[in-house]
Amino acid sequence: MSRNPLIREVPPTSWYFRHPRYLRYMSREITSIFIGAYCVLLVVGLQRLSAGPAAWEGFLAALKSPASVVFQFLCLVAAVYHAATWFNATQKAMPIQIGEDFVPGNLISGAHYAAWAVLSVVVLFVAGVF
Amino acid sequence: MKERLVQLEVLRYNPDTDTEAHFQRYEVMCQEEWVVLDALNKIKADIDPTLNYRWSCHMAVCGSCGMMINGEPKLSCHAFLRAYEGVIRVEPLAHFPVERDLVTAPDDFMEKLKRVKPYIIPKEKKPISEGEYKQTPAQLMKFRQYSMCINCMLCYAACPEYGLTPDFIGPAALTLAHRYNQDSRDGGRKERQEVVATHEGVWECTFVGACSEVCPAHVDPASALQQMKITSSIDWIVEHLIPGGKS
Ligand code: SF4
Ligand code: FES
Repeated sequence: MSRNPLIREVPPTSWYFRHPRYLRYMSREITSIFIGAYCVLLVVGLQRLSAGPAAWEGFLAALKSPASVVFQFLCLVAAVYHAATWFNATQKAMPIQIGEDFVPGNLISGAHYAAWAVLSVVVLFVAGVF
Repeated sequence: MKERLVQLEVLRYNPDTDTEAHFQRYEVMCQEEWVVLDALNKIKADIDPTLNYRWSCHMAVCGSCGMMINGEPKLSCHAFLRAYEGVIRVEPLAHFPVERDLVTAPDDFMEKLKRVKPYIIPKEKKPISEGEYKQTPAQLMKFRQYSMCINCMLCYAACPEYGLTPDFIGPAALTLAHRYNQDSRDGGRKERQEVVATHEGVWECTFVGACSEVCPAHVDPASALQQMKITSSIDWIVEHLIPGGKS
C-alpha cells in the first residue's frame, strides 16, 4: 500500500479563533504591548527629568491630559491581567512537595497575591500616598 | 434501552485516489450511553466498511483513538454522545499528517519521544546482585503524575506551537523527559538537557496551556515544561554568571 499522507496546514494568522482558550492566550500576550509602551513612557520621563525642571513639569502636565490618563488606565488593566495570569501559573511552575503531599496550588498562588498586595502598599507609602 | 439517531460528519481521505479530504455525513442509531467510537464502529459494521480509524482498548488506556471531535482533541472512546448536540464533526488529530480517513501518522512524535531518552539512566550502574534501586513513596510522588501519559498525542493536536513550528519537541515528550529527570534513580538529566534546554525544546513553549486542558490522563504537561524552564534558567545562571560555576 502506498503512503501519501495529507498535510492539513494550520492557518498562521487565524488559528486563535479556533477555541476560546487560544483567544485567552492571545489576550495575555497582547498585554505585553501595553507594558512595553508604559516602559517607554517611563524612559521618556527619566529623559525629561534629566533635561531640567521645566521639561519635567511639562512631562507631568502631559501625563494629566485625558488621552494620557486613558492610556495609563489601559496599561494598568493590562498589567493587572498579565500579573494575575502569572500568579495563577506559579502553582504549576513552582510546586512545593512536603513529604508525599503537595502544598495546595491555591496557597502558592495566594502567597504571590499577598506579596503583591504588601509590596504595592510599600510602594504607595514610599511614594507618599499615605 | 434508550436510543437516538446521531449524525456524524466524518473527514474522509483516501491516499490512493484523493488529493483533498472531504466530509461525509452518516446517520446512525445509537444507544444513549454510547461514545463517539461506538458510533464509528456501528457505521463501519452496518453502513460503510471502508471507514478507517484506530482504536484498541475502548477504556481510555491505550491512547490510540484520539480524534478532533467538534474541533477539540478527544479520545473517541471517552467522548460521550450525550455531551453533543446536532451534527458531530469528527476529524483526524490536528497537526499530524493524515494517512487515511481518521488515521494519522505518529512518526514525528515517536521520533521525538526517542530523542528525550525516556528511560532511566542510572546514576551509577550496579550489578544485579546488589539488588533493586529503591525509592520512597515521597520520591515516587515527585514524578508520578508525569508517568501517567498514554501517548495519545491529544496535547500535540491542541498545541498551536507544535502546529506552527513542527520542530518543537512538544508537550508529551518533554514531560516524559521531566518525569525521568525527577526520578531519584535517574542520573540522565544532563544528557536530556541537550534536547530539552533548546529552542526546539522547552523554549519553544509559550505557555498556551492547551496541552493540560485536553490531556485525558491529567498529566499537566504545561506544569512540567514551566518547571523545566526554571531549572534550565538556573543552569544558565550558574554556568554563565557564577564564577567557577558548572551546570
Ligand atoms: S501528556 Fe496527556 S495529552 Fe499528551 S500524550 Fe500524554 S496523555 Fe495524551
Ligand atoms: S481506544 Fe484506547 S484510548 Fe480510546
